Amino acid sequence: MAGELAKLLSDLKEPEALAFVEKALGKGVDPMDLLGETKEAMKIVGQRFADEKYFVPDLIFAGEILKRMVKMMEPHFKAKKGEEAERLGKVIIGTVEGDIHDVGKDLVVFMLDVSGFEVTDLGIDVPVQKFVDTIKETGSTVVGLSGFLTLAFDSMKETVDAIQDAGLRDQVKIMVGGGQIDEQVREYTGADAYGKDAMEAVALAKGWIGG
Amino acid sequence: MEKKWEDMSAEERREARFETWLSAEGVEFQSPEAEATYKEAIMRFKDAVLMEKVPDRVPIFMFGTFMQPDIYGVTPYEAMYDTKKLISAHRKFLVDFKPDYYLPPIFGGKGKIFEILGYKQYKWPGHGVSKESVYQTLEGEYMLPEDYEALIEDPTNFWLRTYLPRICGALEPLKDIGAFTDIWELPFISTSMIPFGIPEVQNAFKALLEAGNEAMAWIGEIGAFEMEARGMGIPCAVAGASKAPFDILGDTLRGTRAMAIDMYRRPEMILKAVERITPIYVKQGVNSANFQGNPVVFIPLHKGADGFMSDEQFKTFYWPTLKGLILGLAAEGCVPWLFCEGSYNTRLKYLTELPKGSCFWIFDRTDMARAKKLLGDTLCIGGNVPSGMILTGTAEQVKEYCKNLIDVAGKGGGYIMAMGTAMDQGKADTLKAMIDFTKEYGVYK
Repeated sequence: MAGELAKLLSDLKEPEALAFVEKALGKGVDPMDLLGETKEAMKIVGQRFADEKYFVPDLIFAGEILKRMVKMMEPHFKAKKGEEAERLGKVIIGTVEGDIHDVGKDLVVFMLDVSGFEVTDLGIDVPVQKFVDTIKETGSTVVGLSGFLTLAFDSMKETVDAIQDAGLRDQVKIMVGGGQIDEQVREYTGADAYGKDAMEAVALAKGWIGG
Repeated sequence: MEKKWEDMSAEERREARFETWLSAEGVEFQSPEAEATYKEAIMRFKDAVLMEKVPDRVPIFMFGTFMQPDIYGVTPYEAMYDTKKLISAHRKFLVDFKPDYYLPPIFGGKGKIFEILGYKQYKWPGHGVSKESVYQTLEGEYMLPEDYEALIEDPTNFWLRTYLPRICGALEPLKDIGAFTDIWELPFISTSMIPFGIPEVQNAFKALLEAGNEAMAWIGEIGAFEMEARGMGIPCAVAGASKAPFDILGDTLRGTRAMAIDMYRRPEMILKAVERITPIYVKQGVNSANFQGNPVVFIPLHKGADGFMSDEQFKTFYWPTLKGLILGLAAEGCVPWLFCEGSYNTRLKYLTELPKGSCFWIFDRTDMARAKKLLGDTLCIGGNVPSGMILTGTAEQVKEYCKNLIDVAGKGGGYIMAMGTAMDQGKADTLKAMIDFTKEYGVYK
């Protein structure tokens, strides 16, 4: 059973949710407890998105409210930063070389993050080698390649090939998504799976990593 | 005796626009056959869209941004900076592929113009993205939340003194000019000229003049090619463009993120704004149709697709003014071309509200069988050939896919063969298969 804050946030009641946080912090409630409730809320938001009760604007707005809440909580965290909850696993996400679109990619990063994954967001127009280097540096086991343009088909293929050539292909599962990507394009790129939206990316990552 | 425009019905206006299009004024046809091909193509389109009779065969739309240059090895940078190379690729495409219609090679515009204006809302080949990449939008809040009032009060004034100064570095000084409506009668003329004496403002106007010169030279070359294409027997598929009022806010002014937030924080401002600008975008489409002598008005649709908003949000924010735009254009005899990227499965029920033959819809990933079932008696549909299949598939796969489209969506007319997206790239064998197969298999007997 979700708490009151979780309910307010998952129902996207911005003024009420922010007022709740302000009041709670004033009363000395541990911000870590509030943060726990926001995580609960984001789980509900993600589920509603997967169930097609929520859509892109709702996801974006949930993120916006969450951002404001975390900002309110920040001064109250004190030395508790180290208590960061254990993460499910590491995922690398980036928009492939030649493509600068980030709206879809940002939603995937956001939903993976609130779903408990440690996400390395490489941003946009990411060179092939950067993906390879980041796999080595972070030991991530899932790589998400985003692209809006048809030009991304080849960049994705080149990225998958480079991961293969670096001898890392067996260590990672690769998912692709965005714009004109479909199953046929997935096959062309050599990736392991195609996801049509942010929650499918979460489901794929969970399927591969567990959690 | 000719009827006056204001006395004509929407159907009569549309008929008059088709007559103008068919008349091909000023076109020198290469041969009588070319002239016949030209007219047949227009009639094929007309029959498919108006749905009063079955066309001779399925019409084919080939819509590319950089597709034609790509096929002939012309980079996006060259396409935007070397108009001769751009046109040469488009000419070769018409000769080699023999499409039913051409789309004017204007989508990338002229790179030099963007440089002169210091354009900031997009990156383009050689400017922020590589010369091999295509132009890409930079999402941003080019209109701030507090600007809603100004937009609603006076859209033109907002555009001139707020939006343009923000998106074009060279036009930034225009924020310092006064409202033109302040200029009334003799006592106020002289004082109203003062801002135009400010050196920075003068530089902004100089940039506009320079951009204008570039645009004239560019459109001169494009225009000559267009007449040549028509002379070959290939009509232009489109007059100009307009845009769904919600997308003007969501794409052009506020950006996806800010727009999502506005739907919660200031829904009433969105509604006022989209209503305010709807007649403006009806006019843009009508003006383009008048100018080009062609009834087709291209309307790319973005933020209303499945997944981008809920049914309730679509019904509230997106659909009423899109419908208003479509009906407004149709009342003027225009034929709106709704270009529907993504999928529209959950929106099809709204499309049933539109009068028969009032517009046509080119779909991307929409379920075509369902679209045909719901709209088959009233609206022409088209598209759905996947860009991924064109670029990564085989000719055989494409033929098989097109066969199914013709069998299902093309049954009894009211279908246009097309890809669901404006293609940045091309692949000769699959495109050729799509065109040639449709010309053969798509004949109605």
